[in-house]
Amino acid sequence: MWLVLERRAERSALMAIASPLIAIGLTLVTMTVLFALIGKNPFAALWVYFIDPLTDAYSLQEIAVKATPLVMIALGLSLCYLANVWNIGAEGQFLIGAVTGSWLAVKTNGTDPGQWVLPAMLVLGALGGALYALIPAVCKTKFGASEILTSLMLVYVADLFLDYLVRGPWRDPKGYNFPTTPDFDPVATVPILIEGSRLHAGALIALIVVVAAMLLLGRTIKGFEIKVVGSAPRAARFAGFNADQLVILTFLVSGALAGLAGIIEVAGPVGNLRPNISPGYGFTAIIVAFLGRLHPIGILLAGLFLALTFIGGEQAQISMRIPLDLTKVFQGILLFFVLASDSLVLYRIRLMRPHRKTAHATS
Amino acid sequence: MQLAEAIILAVLTASTPLLLAAAGELVAERAGVLNLGVEGMMIMGAACGFAGAYMTGSTFVGALCGLAAGTALSLLFAMLTLGLAVNQVATGLALTIFGVGLSGLIGAGFVGEKIVAAPQLHLPGLTDLPFFGRILFGQDAFVYLSLALIYGIWWFIYGTRWGLVTRAVGDNPASAHALGYPVLTIRTFAVLFGGACAGLGGAYLPLAYTPFFIPGMTAGRGWIAIALVVFASWLPGRLVAGAYLFGAVTILQLHAQGAGLGIPSQLMSSLPYLATVVVLVVISGVRGTARSGAPASLGLVFVPDR
Repeated sequence: MWLVLERRAERSALMAIASPLIAIGLTLVTMTVLFALIGKNPFAALWVYFIDPLTDAYSLQEIAVKATPLVMIALGLSLCYLANVWNIGAEGQFLIGAVTGSWLAVKTNGTDPGQWVLPAMLVLGALGGALYALIPAVCKTKFGASEILTSLMLVYVADLFLDYLVRGPWRDPKGYNFPTTPDFDPVATVPILIEGSRLHAGALIALIVVVAAMLLLGRTIKGFEIKVVGSAPRAARFAGFNADQLVILTFLVSGALAGLAGIIEVAGPVGNLRPNISPGYGFTAIIVAFLGRLHPIGILLAGLFLALTFIGGEQAQISMRIPLDLTKVFQGILLFFVLASDSLVLYRIRLMRPHRKTAHATS
Repeated sequence: MQLAEAIILAVLTASTPLLLAAAGELVAERAGVLNLGVEGMMIMGAACGFAGAYMTGSTFVGALCGLAAGTALSLLFAMLTLGLAVNQVATGLALTIFGVGLSGLIGAGFVGEKIVAAPQLHLPGLTDLPFFGRILFGQDAFVYLSLALIYGIWWFIYGTRWGLVTRAVGDNPASAHALGYPVLTIRTFAVLFGGACAGLGGAYLPLAYTPFFIPGMTAGRGWIAIALVVFASWLPGRLVAGAYLFGAVTILQLHAQGAGLGIPSQLMSSLPYLATVVVLVVISGVRGTARSGAPASLGLVFVPDR
């Protein structure tokens, strides 16, 4: 007996909804096994990971805080992936956005310049991320260099650049030699939504971006072009859509969103510029984009779910001494299952027996 | 003269992990499979290789563990991309995320431990020759193995029937399938070979390059290895030149940092990554299109109809 793939006559609408849920289910089963393997009670661990954070207000707010950058970055990446453009350097664009936005905060620090600072920082952050994303886009369209490799290489460069700034020219002279800039002024800080928590106005911006992405993809010609270029490149050429232009556009938009997420993160929950401002948001956002099936609403839900794994992972480390790296393993496993069950949208799996005629089994 | 010898020796060791990983990726890509999980397979090779060597005290066992770890991860990749026809780019990314996480988990217990570095060849008389002695006859086994591997791959691809079939599978899987060749089986073996090489290349880092393990110690070498395959136009011979060139960039920036030229160390550290971008742009630009020289069906899903 042998399992083979058989292409479905049309995409399965049921599987399109069910596949992320199947993936989450399979991931939970795998987690249960893994917890047992490292000698922890699987059910207690799963409870700490996925249920505990949902039961108190503080954790719920923290989930929203963590989901904010994930959702914003993933929305931009989903445009790229829909157009079959592979921007995997969002982490670098996030860091550069944090740097360019922080430039204004550092330069105006202590001068009390007025309320215009924060909006200007957000614009600079988005601009920085967009321009940084333009590098791989231009390398792709002008020279044909693989955007996968160039965008990823630039993550390491951005990381080192940020490190240089906070250890060198931008270091707080009163900071006891810690590699951070001075704390941002109140006018350079994203306002808090609920007094006493860390939930900030960035979460609202993320929701606005979700709506904007829905309008772009569902209601505009550009959104249509993005989807056609990705799913039917030949048809797109006949229709006269400019694929190079879309590479530039999707990179610019995703870079701007990653950069915006970056500056919101440092001007919000972090409060100054320092190394390690991101626990890999740019890479986790890739998982968010696929788990959300590249759909804005799906991405919002997927972002909240992955934020939950971050928070649950931290709590499991504190209360059950479960290593934090396990969270990354789960995120990787989740992406495997997401991709595998996505395959069921296009194909069905059939059991083949070697000695049976298969001629009449065609669909 | 002594400095030149030291630099050449350092370049050889810095290049070997790149060469090993890139050699495996070249074979997988020649069969039409783009595995972007090299970074994940290398870091798993590093973690498992160190764990094996630390527990047994044997470099050889460590190398085998690294090789097995890389192969296991590539099997996962093959099951998804070849068995379930999943997009190769996305699966490769997943493999890297998974490998980086799992290696942190496995390696956590070994951080701070040290092992004895892999022994180097010593031939009385030959190794003691001035200058060339240590460069030619004083390397560890991995260095010689990586060069033998390149020769073996060159011979396989251009000198054997199954090498020709592998190229056919990478260029035109539909035709190869029509001729009765098992496309998916050949691709699976190519992917597994790539995983074994990446695991071995990763294991080289803690076994010979630095005799300890730190999380994330591959530091993007897996991605550079993939870029090297593009740089080499999918030709095994050019891979050697490319790997040694990148090893040289790595070592030269380290020496420049040590010399204290007043250039920020972060700028020097980013040179290998910037060089990769520049090289990709130049190579792709000169050739007109990035795909010339690439296997015609690289990265495309193939589902045989029955």
